[in-house]
Amino acid sequence: MPIINEFAYIKPATMAQALKWLARYKKPAILAGGTDLLNSLKDGLAKPEALIDIKGLEALHKISFSRNRLHIGALVTFSELIEAEVVRRHFPVIVETARTVGSPGIRNRATMVGNICSAVPCLDSGPLLLAYDAIVATIGKAGKREIPIAKWFLGPRKTALQPSEIVSGLTIPLPEGKHAGCFIKLGRYAGEDLAQASVLVMVLEGNRYRVAFGSVAPVPFRASRIEKLLNGKEPGARLFADAQTLVAASISPITDLRATKEYRLHMCRIMLERSLRAASERLAGGGPRYGERLL
Amino acid sequence: MNQHIDFILNGEKRSVELRSNLTLLEMLRDKLGVKSPKCGCDRGDCGSCTVMIDGRTVRSCLVLAVEVDGHEVKTLEGLMPGGELTALQKSFLVHNSFQCGFCTPGVILSVSELLEKNPRPDRDEIKEALSGNLCRCTGYIPIIEAVEAHAGQEK
Repeated sequence: MPIINEFAYIKPATMAQALKWLARYKKPAILAGGTDLLNSLKDGLAKPEALIDIKGLEALHKISFSRNRLHIGALVTFSELIEAEVVRRHFPVIVETARTVGSPGIRNRATMVGNICSAVPCLDSGPLLLAYDAIVATIGKAGKREIPIAKWFLGPRKTALQPSEIVSGLTIPLPEGKHAGCFIKLGRYAGEDLAQASVLVMVLEGNRYRVAFGSVAPVPFRASRIEKLLNGKEPGARLFADAQTLVAASISPITDLRATKEYRLHMCRIMLERSLRAASERLAGGGPRYGERLL
Repeated sequence: MNQHIDFILNGEKRSVELRSNLTLLEMLRDKLGVKSPKCGCDRGDCGSCTVMIDGRTVRSCLVLAVEVDGHEVKTLEGLMPGGELTALQKSFLVHNSFQCGFCTPGVILSVSELLEKNPRPDRDEIKEALSGNLCRCTGYIPIIEAVEAHAGQEK
């Protein structure tokens, strides 16, 4: 379907210029990878007067790791995350998650920052970033802001970003002590698909746990009741079974064309148990290798 | 709103005037007559419009033509400059890896990207590389076999 709406296309070379253009139009849209935006343009859901392509802002096209914090620039694609040595070494669960996003042809273009800006309920990066307590960095006329990811997602396609702001990147703090994670995404088939439900579990040294779900509520979220139950306890089949009993009260799935709410609930229980098991085994030095299919 | 872009298409410099809301796929097929990328779903799901930008596969239906200004675009035609079939394409012929052929240009490009990075992929790696290329004829097995044979991993 062709794009009916016409718009100006602007590719600024600096952030200052980008912010200036952003302020100049009533209805601008920011373009990075475009894998979500192009469909919204075709559907007429987005009708911007101007597209501001930020791919000229080279400073945003960087992955760096310093003082135990990983910085992911707004232009970093999922493929680049998968290939980055520093990510593979310190954050294998980021690689595990990124490899479930679309297919290589999508991941070569789509960015993690774009994923959280689209903020659809089924976004793959949501549970991951929540479990890591990531920080979203924005720049606007009024200056820079650092927004905790827990305050970022406000509703389907709604975020804490102001119209005058641009997201410059994400910061992911490396947890203290050893940690291991596991991301399981439920799709209709093994190839590319949107998540029907997803869970990310992180197990940290000292029997601390983080659990986040995606696609089973208007926004991705941390399951604090489940975390409370788990924290301080040795991992094991008994504990994981107890955690499973809290899933129904923690999530609020709906029925849509991709799955029924009953199926989502059933699978979330299974995915929680498997990801808890895999993450705790990984922390102990074994378990399934990252990226292995657990469903 | 019209824009002027300069880019490299299959090794040749091209200059094009176009509307900013034209997709790369529409420009290639309708303005430049490059017909190997196909319009299947037009939403990035099927992979039949796959082309390469700067050596990486993308969905040309999800890229605006104006975005390739200053970049290098390669389509299936660019893989076979003299019109000769490549060894990979010959392997597809031998293994009956297509019937209607609609998905094949995209599949060949996705496999080419994989082999560039990883000349000896295993079956899981081949499947992952092809996870975004839908084929309704073959059931995928002949495609995977053609890639395995080409990569010297025939079983």
